[in-house]
Amino acid sequence: MKIGIITFPGSNCDRDCRHVVKTVLGYQAHLIWHQETSLSHVDVVILPGGFSYGDYLRAGAIARFSPIMESIRQFAEKGGIVLGICNGFQILLEAGLLPGAMLKNRYLSFICQDVSIKVENAETTFTNEYASDQVLTMPIAHAEGNYYADPMTLSALHDHAQIVFRYCDQHGDVTAEANPNGSLENIAGIRNKAGNVLGMMPHPERCAEDVFGKTDGVALFRSLRHALNQMVA
Amino acid sequence: MKAIIYVTLKSGIHDPQGHAVQQSLETFGFHAVDSVRIGKLLEVDLNETDHTKAEAVVKAMCDKLLSNPVIEDYRFELS
Repeated sequence: MKIGIITFPGSNCDRDCRHVVKTVLGYQAHLIWHQETSLSHVDVVILPGGFSYGDYLRAGAIARFSPIMESIRQFAEKGGIVLGICNGFQILLEAGLLPGAMLKNRYLSFICQDVSIKVENAETTFTNEYASDQVLTMPIAHAEGNYYADPMTLSALHDHAQIVFRYCDQHGDVTAEANPNGSLENIAGIRNKAGNVLGMMPHPERCAEDVFGKTDGVALFRSLRHALNQMVA
Repeated sequence: MKAIIYVTLKSGIHDPQGHAVQQSLETFGFHAVDSVRIGKLLEVDLNETDHTKAEAVVKAMCDKLLSNPVIEDYRFELS
């Protein structure tokens, strides 16, 4: 599996992603500068976390116009697998590759902590190595993760099983208290209607090694390979 | 020409910043405040002198980049 990881000015999780994908999991990883336009050499694209363009104007608003984004749009339209993590999720929303938008966190603070999230849908390209309703521990680190969608969009997310992760307590109950940022219906991650584009605020690449004491992120990357093998077969 | 552009959250969308400021004003005894909404103000200098053309170009930049239509409205003044 060849994974392309996009580096925007201000990305800061691109090398973390490469480390996990390449060194920990043994897949091929290529860092791709945002000014490039070719994705012909990769199977999967990751938009990593960070603060692209300093989050000026709105998080992700300027990065979405980087040259590589038009290639990512075409790649996604052809069914290519695209994963946006944290700032990558925000960029995908601004680009319209995923529906909705991010507001500032409910209590305005930048939140950097481990959270519990529930796998709402384990039959996706991104979660097939998890069990349905499995509770995962992953870190979040963001100031704008308060997901918003209008009622019609939210209804469509339900109708097409697009909600993939929700914030929950350690028992897997999706409660208001377990919602760290005020996100609509505790949404932590969604996919597009076609199912090949996922955005998530938690960081799977920061919990994929024993040395960190957390490894719940590993299965997400393994799911990608599994899905890819199915596509090829 | 100069464009003064206001980008604000759509009505009905919770504004955590505005809410915090409103509560703070309340704490200081400004009981006349019902609510506060916070937005952005952009001052854009244009090298366009035709009012109609300037209006069209500012509208285009608001639609493309300066506002997110999912959560924000905009209005502007030209002078």
